[in-house]
Amino acid sequence: MDTQVKKLGLKERYAAMTRGLGWETTYQPMEKVYPYATYEGIKIHDWDKWVDPFRMTMDAYWKYQGEKEKKLYAVIDAFQQNNGFLGITDARYVNAVKLFIQGVSPLEYYAHRGFAQVGRHFVGEGLRVACQMQSLDEIRHYQTQTHAISTYNKYFNGMHHSLHWFDRVWYLSVPKSFFEDALTAGPFEYLTSISFSFEYVLTNLLFVPFMSGAAYNGDLATVTFGFSAQSDESRHMTLGIEAIKFMLEQDPDNVPIVQRWIDKWFWRGYRVLTLVGMMMDYMLPKRVMSWREAWEIYGEQNGRALFRDLARYGIREPKGWLDAIDGKDHISHQAWNTFYNYNAAAPFHTWVPTDEELDWLSAKYPNSFDQYYRPRLEFYREQHRAGNRFYNKTLPMLCTVCQIPMLFTEPGDPTTICYRETDYQGDKYHFCSDHCKEIFENEPEKYVQSWLPVHQIYQGNCFKPGVDPTQPGFDPLMAVFDYYDLDFGRDNLDFEGSEDQKHFAAWRGQALQNTV
Amino acid sequence: MPVKAVKPYSFPAKDTVDKFPAPLLYIGWDEHLMFCAPHCIPVPPTLPFKALISDILPGIYGYHPDFSQIDWSRVTWLKSGKPFHPDMEKSVAENGLKHKDVIRFCTPGLRGIKGSCS
Repeated sequence: MDTQVKKLGLKERYAAMTRGLGWETTYQPMEKVYPYATYEGIKIHDWDKWVDPFRMTMDAYWKYQGEKEKKLYAVIDAFQQNNGFLGITDARYVNAVKLFIQGVSPLEYYAHRGFAQVGRHFVGEGLRVACQMQSLDEIRHYQTQTHAISTYNKYFNGMHHSLHWFDRVWYLSVPKSFFEDALTAGPFEYLTSISFSFEYVLTNLLFVPFMSGAAYNGDLATVTFGFSAQSDESRHMTLGIEAIKFMLEQDPDNVPIVQRWIDKWFWRGYRVLTLVGMMMDYMLPKRVMSWREAWEIYGEQNGRALFRDLARYGIREPKGWLDAIDGKDHISHQAWNTFYNYNAAAPFHTWVPTDEELDWLSAKYPNSFDQYYRPRLEFYREQHRAGNRFYNKTLPMLCTVCQIPMLFTEPGDPTTICYRETDYQGDKYHFCSDHCKEIFENEPEKYVQSWLPVHQIYQGNCFKPGVDPTQPGFDPLMAVFDYYDLDFGRDNLDFEGSEDQKHFAAWRGQALQNTV
Repeated sequence: MPVKAVKPYSFPAKDTVDKFPAPLLYIGWDEHLMFCAPHCIPVPPTLPFKALISDILPGIYGYHPDFSQIDWSRVTWLKSGKPFHPDMEKSVAENGLKHKDVIRFCTPGLRGIKGSCS
């Protein structure tokens, strides 16, 4: 074609590729085309006030991401061809990778779906385009994580049915229900939950620990997808803060609604991060920093600055803020103990830390570890050596909202489990904290539908089709593991004596020594 | 506060008693957090309370070295956080326990592994 095209500047191009793509509908009224735009009570007077500081447009997006991905796959290829997995510190590290592919990567896919959905339902073009790009980022992250981790899946247990597990295994209902709660909210709440509370407030506590943990432990594949995702993450964080400010600036009536969402989603996100805390303190053979230290830097310090900044809009710290701070000395230890208890039902390994690691934990947690947590770990070790490894065989009580076993203790009293309950339509509902209870009480109609794994097992919904629980000798737990497609004795139980441990020792031996 | 929705929003509760083989009972042992969380068990309403102690609790808690030391005459109970005085001869239902009730027992003098409340 023989056309003279004037090259547009960044600003003009952004305008053309966002605002220029929208129109007022005439065949159908706008409120029918955008049926979810107003029901949450958020009032938007001028959608054009939405400004994307990156001014990214789709054409630039494809080019930029294509280049990044080329580099990423070159590194993944090299890692695979050179048996990079032999360079990790210790096979125990792979359990952090398992936790990631089981519990985090599926959230990337949910985020892809969520942003595609809300991108359809927002009225303003600028926000729609930003959501569209984030939706693409998220599915790319899901794919690149799957590819990067696939090399581990060839050599280690605990990764072969990660998506199947995500929909079934008890502990994975924690991240799953978190995200499904967000996906079933309206578009503005979704943006507050994922873009703001998760991406902006808490994402550093998810990505930094996993990626620096990978770097410290010789896992180049994971480091590389971390780097590749990082530039996207900064865009996502910016979307999160912009989205909040946009809502708050559009109408003062939005403030209390947004505040309630921040209260809810800070707490829900914080509860999910318990898994990250446990990973940092227990699963990394070479430690980066303790969960407590990471929380103080990325949670407390950043959060304080953020909420000081938002105070001018009338927003205060989330209600659960002080209780979250109180938990920093405890939650990682309490979570590891939970997986140690129920390791028969979780497709990764647990273990008692070595003496050196116990000393590290004592030093990092001077206010709690020696007093409350070290004695039982040493007791577990003694018992394990005597051939009497502890496995808790009775199912735990779960919190109705976060779905985590009721493992958290009273704020200020780490010797007492925190029990909260409420009555609703003739039934009792139980919670791990004041904040999960308040989330329920704000929307009980939603949470009475919680798919709580323990209750589902007792209802008989977690057996394979055709299984007859009335048969003599029926073992319900083994039937549940069968339903999970969990390979008993390989995917689960203690690291000590595991196939992962034996294989890694043999392969590394071959790599380092001459064979006769 | 009701949920905000574009249409009437009403769905059945997932965990009503009719869906279980027996009503659920939650039970926790205070200051023994080696057991990471309270337990959830289906309990027939006709089960005598003393059978809960003699037949069910040993399977759940027997691993703990404190369990065999428990003097059950000194044990105190809580139901929903308030003092509870079960009649050992009566059934679980006659003791007023319903679906999804939570009880805790406290064993004076026993404070877990090396007194750590584990």
